[in-house]
Amino acid sequence: MSELARNWLNIIVILIVVFSFAALLSWIERRLLGVWQDRYGPNRVGPFGVLQVVADAIKLLTKEDWVPPFADKAVFVLAPAIIFATTLFAFAVVPIAPGIGVADLNIGLLFFLAMSSLGVYSIVLGGWASNDKYSLLGSFRAAAQMLSYEVFMGLSLMGVVMLAGSFNLHDIVTAQEDLWFCVPQILGLMTFAVAGIAEARRLPFDLPEAENELVAGFHTEYSSMKFGLFFIGEYVGIILISAMMVTLFFGGWQGPLLPPLIWFLLKTSIIISCFILLRASLPRPRYDQLMAYGWKVMLPLTLVNLLLTGAIVLAWES
Amino acid sequence: MWNSLKTMWIIFLHMFRRRVTIQYPDEKPGIPPRWRGRIILSRDPDGEERCVACYLCAAACPVDCIALQATEDEHGRRYPEFFRINFSRCIFCGYCEEACPTDAIQLTPDFEIGEYDRKNLVYEKEDLLIDGPGKYPDYNFYRVAGLAIGSKNKGEAENEKPPVDPHSLLP
Repeated sequence: MSELARNWLNIIVILIVVFSFAALLSWIERRLLGVWQDRYGPNRVGPFGVLQVVADAIKLLTKEDWVPPFADKAVFVLAPAIIFATTLFAFAVVPIAPGIGVADLNIGLLFFLAMSSLGVYSIVLGGWASNDKYSLLGSFRAAAQMLSYEVFMGLSLMGVVMLAGSFNLHDIVTAQEDLWFCVPQILGLMTFAVAGIAEARRLPFDLPEAENELVAGFHTEYSSMKFGLFFIGEYVGIILISAMMVTLFFGGWQGPLLPPLIWFLLKTSIIISCFILLRASLPRPRYDQLMAYGWKVMLPLTLVNLLLTGAIVLAWES
Repeated sequence: MWNSLKTMWIIFLHMFRRRVTIQYPDEKPGIPPRWRGRIILSRDPDGEERCVACYLCAAACPVDCIALQATEDEHGRRYPEFFRINFSRCIFCGYCEEACPTDAIQLTPDFEIGEYDRKNLVYEKEDLLIDGPGKYPDYNFYRVAGLAIGSKNKGEAENEKPPVDPHSLLP
């Protein structure tokens, strides 16, 4: 097979797998939440209820695709596409296994951070274009939350970069051959996990949506497949953050016995389950608590981690 | 932080608990016998209609979902000509059952009366009437009531003394 054909195959297969896994995740999440709340979750459509995903998709597609008359139409339509596109773009740099992965950028980590920051535009624009108070409040919250959590998200990864000596995600994975970075970078892992949840807008940090105060936050006015895009975008975001945590802290595809691809999928699934467990167990903090936590606890913690890692790497090399 | 982790662990352990969900269509829930579900009209042990068309159920009904028309047979026994309950209005309060002097109208533990067409929820007498005596197997109104009907004359009911000639009571 020629190089070009291989690349195309890679792109298409990864796109399809990520897309279908994200759709399936909506069912997995509901099943797992059910299991952790002493019930069953959706188990009627198809075997174990797997086809619930199909039923939901059909329902979403047949709903009226409504653009409110007071909305800014162009931006309103564009917003859900942005989040979907940016999260999928970020997936391009994830090294799934040796030879499987779309792009091998030497600034892969920076690309990932850039794309995840761009995702906030979708939410801010979506909330702004909806021209409605709940949406606007949701997008304000999203903007503030993203700003404050983006800062230490980048910083928390710099320890990994120092240890690996590269921004290339492939190099970062191969640098973890002897010891996964979750051991020397435990602080980095903790802060990145918190920032990642905030970045994916998952439950303890889902203030932009906050169903019980803001209806549905920034996507209150969205219906049909536009809502579906926000929804799938969120799930792709979860997969992305989990895949990045695996790549950066849990040795990526590396592991004994099983083939690399299986290891990667296994680790990612475990992290995704942890995300869902987090949603099942923790309440949503108040908005000011969220901001205070970000700036007063997490940011100093990442800076300490950065200083310590830097000092140790320097001492080691000299 | 520690508290949050502990919470997560406890929630995780819930995975191994017993499910509280009843898998309804496959697995029927246990309904108590006094459940107020679908309404029926019962018959007395002789197989005759218990309903005497007194209209008390229709009067007691807070949503006016019961309609009936009284009539009499050749023996002077009252019965409803038609008896109609609109289950799309019924709130299953059970007041009709409480009001009924002959224990004819009764609520049963059946709740599966869903229909796709609203007008199918209007039950006529032939839908309501059952063959048995329902919750009160031995009760027969006409056997305890002092009403002359058919072959039974005054004074022949259970625990009823023969009628007294008022003229004989004069001092």
